Amino acid sequence: MNTNITVDAKGMACPMPIVKAKKALDSLQTGQVMEVLSTDKGSVKDFQAWVKQTNHELTQHVEEDGVYKFYVRKV
Amino acid sequence: MTTASGLRPMTAGELTKIVLNKEELFILDVRNQSDFDDWKIEGESVEIINIPYFDLLDSVDQALEQIPSDKRLLVVCAKEGSSKFVAEQLVQAGRTNVSYLEGGMKSWSEHLEPVKIGDLKDGGSLYQFVRIGKGCLSYMAISSGEAAVIDTLRMTDVFERFAREQGATIKHTLDTHLHADHISGGRKLAEQTGATYWLPPKDATEVTFPYEKLEEGRDITVGNTKIKIQPIYSPGHTIGSTSLIVDDEYLLTGDILFIESIGRPDLAGKAEDWVGDLRNTLYNRYNGLAQDLIVLPAHFGKVTELGEGGRVIARLSDLYRNNPGLNIQDEETFRRTVTVNLPPQPNAYQEIRQTNMGKITPNEDEQREMETGPNRCAVHDK
Repeated sequence: MNTNITVDAKGMACPMPIVKAKKALDSLQTGQVMEVLSTDKGSVKDFQAWVKQTNHELTQHVEEDGVYKFYVRKV
Repeated sequence: MTTASGLRPMTAGELTKIVLNKEELFILDVRNQSDFDDWKIEGESVEIINIPYFDLLDSVDQALEQIPSDKRLLVVCAKEGSSKFVAEQLVQAGRTNVSYLEGGMKSWSEHLEPVKIGDLKDGGSLYQFVRIGKGCLSYMAISSGEAAVIDTLRMTDVFERFAREQGATIKHTLDTHLHADHISGGRKLAEQTGATYWLPPKDATEVTFPYEKLEEGRDITVGNTKIKIQPIYSPGHTIGSTSLIVDDEYLLTGDILFIESIGRPDLAGKAEDWVGDLRNTLYNRYNGLAQDLIVLPAHFGKVTELGEGGRVIARLSDLYRNNPGLNIQDEETFRRTVTVNLPPQPNAYQEIRQTNMGKITPNEDEQREMETGPNRCAVHDK
């Protein structure tokens, strides 16, 4: 997947993954895609809830070797 | 400890005292809505609202509008980080008397509050350990330097420390049944202290470790106190569920009978099969016991079940009068009550059962994660 920005939040605990993701998303143009990498299992539900209520689009969400990867398209 | 900003951490122990003493507290829970709806801090004097932290990243104005200015404020999240983040912003915005919950809901879930239930006849005492955040109850009977721990929770260090403080050696750990809502610490505590681990054999058909059979007729003696395991084979929540009479005065009912509810028969997937057992235990077996026995369950479902100092306790005769689960005369109505429209099953209950059988061995973080949320072992819990 083509991504326009990657936020590496590996090793970070709440609230930092979402704080960083929000900042990155704010810098994007409509239609661009952000990739977020996180190792904090606890933030998965937070992340989904956050994207949902910001009305952006969570296009993909995968886990690979303990790293959670989220792809968000700015609407 | 107070940080430069005036922000204080509050420990789970301090919060427990506030809840038990019914002191006023306003809680801002900043977890996501589904986690909040599933499980939250409750107390008769506690007012609580939920605004996820990710809604407060730019501004805390939304929270300030909803928080009364004259009340003590506690900000809570899953582990601590987000609550501290939000609390700092509230302090910067001029709000005073703000704390965050140290260790978050994780610490709240693991805190155990020991309360004394009473003295035993030949000397010695019985204690209840209230896991206030999750609604689990453990017991320790201590007599003449010996202790037995019943329905031990995962936090075995608490029991070891308490026994040491009381100058007692833990000789026995007993589980009234194979638990499905929390990971038993019984086997681990027995291994650590050289105690004997007792489990009802009918619940132990698949376990992978040695244990002593907890069954009728095998009395266990602690110091000078006799813990009777007499005909109180009391199936229904599980097929092996066994109640314990301690010192002819206390009836430890496990997950069969609670203060305001009764146990559910479906957590091992056999609701229909076990309805008859559950009814027989509650309406015949317990009815045949001395009615002045003091009931001590393995759970509470609502904060209203917490009595003086946090004790969860009631006389058997009072439960026959007041507990709705003991007052369903029609058998068909009873069957429907305990099999239809039950509350959701506890988080990860299948994996928890496998862990308690010794079939899987999750690490501590995984165990903590599996135990997230309320216990939901009673039919009336929501």
